Amino acid sequence: MPGRQTLSGRAKTFAAQTGHEAMKASEEDPEKARRFREAALPYLDDAYTLARYLLRDASDAEDAVQECFLRAYKHFDSYRGPAMRPWLFAILRNVCRAEYARRAGTQTGATEDVADSAEATPLWHEAPETPEAQMLREKDSASIRRLIAALAEPFRETFVLREIQNLSYREIADVAAVPVGTVMSRLARARAMLRSAWLAEQEQVK
Amino acid sequence: MTCEEAEVLLQALIDGELDAGHAREVEDHIAGCPRCAELAKDYRAMSRMIADKGASYTAPPELRRRIEAALPQPKAAPSRRAVLRGFALGSAVSAMAATGLIAVILRNDDDARIQSELVSAHLRSLQAGHLTDVLSTDQHTVKPWFNGRLDVAPPVLDLTAKGFTLIGGRLDYVDARPIGAVVYRRRQHVINLFVAQTSDTERHAATTSMRQGFNIRHWSDHGLNFWAVSDLGADELAEFGDKFETAMRTNKEAS
Repeated sequence: MPGRQTLSGRAKTFAAQTGHEAMKASEEDPEKARRFREAALPYLDDAYTLARYLLRDASDAEDAVQECFLRAYKHFDSYRGPAMRPWLFAILRNVCRAEYARRAGTQTGATEDVADSAEATPLWHEAPETPEAQMLREKDSASIRRLIAALAEPFRETFVLREIQNLSYREIADVAAVPVGTVMSRLARARAMLRSAWLAEQEQVK
Repeated sequence: MTCEEAEVLLQALIDGELDAGHAREVEDHIAGCPRCAELAKDYRAMSRMIADKGASYTAPPELRRRIEAALPQPKAAPSRRAVLRGFALGSAVSAMAATGLIAVILRNDDDARIQSELVSAHLRSLQAGHLTDVLSTDQHTVKPWFNGRLDVAPPVLDLTAKGFTLIGGRLDYVDARPIGAVVYRRRQHVINLFVAQTSDTERHAATTSMRQGFNIRHWSDHGLNFWAVSDLGADELAEFGDKFETAMRTNKEAS
């Protein structure tokens, strides 16, 4: 029957087309890999920096960044913006949270200091009392990194996204999946804590 | 305003995220409150020292290599000639129709390729030390710098008062030709405005597209092609394009 032939012919064409589509969308697409390299690899240092601060361990940070880039590549087809950096950071943050969970599972006692209770405390209660006329003194890069790394989560994450990665509040809110108001209060707390630690350290040195 | 409110809003003031009305209120509070003034001063000092001394890390080369190795290796992109040949061999349509089709295929192919080259040029420019060849916020310094380096110097307009700071100019290569790039900044975002001569003198209204996560706003006027490339949102990049076009019209009328 001619009708039937046409139908099966159409079905064949359709199968060929969808097969073609599937091949194009496969992860072996070199054009996709090229575009991904150009779009994402320039931010490798930024991603590594964020991972270092989130995980506070060089080798865990390397693993997390590698995992982040592979996940990003996998989802690159569906990437439509926003900017590349916040998108990568959001993925990286999820990878790091999985690592927190793993650490929490394998270690006993103290784990990551995800301080929900600290966030609930009014800011005013830990208002830093500093002697009059005490000046913040210059510190070298290593001391600054150490002080930032000592901040408790989630304040450290917010602080690093703002002060080191230069993200806008809106972008930080998107990465951390919290409202902009929370970003602001976390940042206020982070800066107050960092300032206290900064001043306390120069007291000891004196 | 209480100190507690001020301390939260103070962050947004320092980070340039506060609207003018609120900024004024926080500044008024700081002016009358030594404690909040002290915090503002220290927080600004911390920001400055972090920026000066640097607190970021560099990824180990081994990590870069591992990620590179895990991605599919790129193949050389097919050349334009190969596209033509493939079409000529594989097509049974008439020569006339083929010519029309080839024009369409190549046009799209070229647009995509040029957009991709523009984004690559933008990314290159963001690497340390590559952003500007001439670093100046003065249009009367940037504009003459291009003379003699390009057949047609791109228009260099100071848009600082309109919220886009001119930071310099650069010679770049796109589509195998030298092209002028005028660099602007809004907050932390860099805008590269690429300008190239075109034989088409008609005005073409702006269109915005996204490529690899970057917005590209393209328009042409007075025989020049403009592409503004940035990670800014499409709305802010449109604002940039509109302000640039308005300023250019004003300049033309004045001269």
